[in-house]
Amino acid sequence: MTLMQIVFIILAVAAVGSAVGMVTSRNIFYSALLLIACLFMVAGFYVLLEAPFLAAVQVLVYVGAIAVLIIFAVMLTEGLMSKETRTWNEQWWVALLVAICLAAVLLYVVVTATWQVSGGAPPSDAIAALGQTLMSTYVLPFEVASVLLLMALIGAIIIAREETEEKQ
Amino acid sequence: MIPLSWYLIVSAILFCIGLYGALAHRNAIGILMGIELMLNAVNINLVAFWRYITPEVLTGQVFAIFVITVAAAEAAIGLALIISIFRNRETVIVEDVDMMKW
Repeated sequence: MTLMQIVFIILAVAAVGSAVGMVTSRNIFYSALLLIACLFMVAGFYVLLEAPFLAAVQVLVYVGAIAVLIIFAVMLTEGLMSKETRTWNEQWWVALLVAICLAAVLLYVVVTATWQVSGGAPPSDAIAALGQTLMSTYVLPFEVASVLLLMALIGAIIIAREETEEKQ
Repeated sequence: MIPLSWYLIVSAILFCIGLYGALAHRNAIGILMGIELMLNAVNINLVAFWRYITPEVLTGQVFAIFVITVAAAEAAIGLALIISIFRNRETVIVEDVDMMKW
């Protein structure tokens, strides 16, 4: 077993463990913190996969922005969420059954399929190549993504804005 | 070298945990966190397939970036909706927000 594989197993155990903890925790704030831990582990996977730019984006966007947004929302809505309220809805066992069946199917497919792995190495200047791919082949989705982000920004402000009485 | 199937196994497990969280939570923020976990699992798959199957074409990384973009937009809008619902109805339990249910 090489060093890479040991690092991978540590990352995988930490990621799956924090994900299970996130889903099963009764306190939504602990769930948010465990989600952040899990997102960090995913960034570690990107480093192992030789995608350093994506690892940086993962830490910046997910851990930096989305996790802070989630913790903000937890803080803003916490007052009413007392510890005694049930965490799960009545169909939680159906959800568990669906998740386990899907996991069984996915793991069966992954283990039995033969993947045509190529031994090639990524380009030496992968980040520059990524930028060139984004601005040439995928320039239209790139622009659409920026418009989507702008729309999400405006929409989020308008939806979350407090309605004032004198406006009506 | 780590086998490709290890990444796929981890991402399948993470996806199913996220699916369970999204289906079984009563708290809307918990549902949103489950969806974020599912999107992350998909991203691991995209990057792993890029690295192991077509490392010279960067399509997998480009798609992962688009998924991160959409996830950021989704989180912003979703949390704005949750805050708006909380302000109007004083709850983040999805079962209590059923005025459009027939």
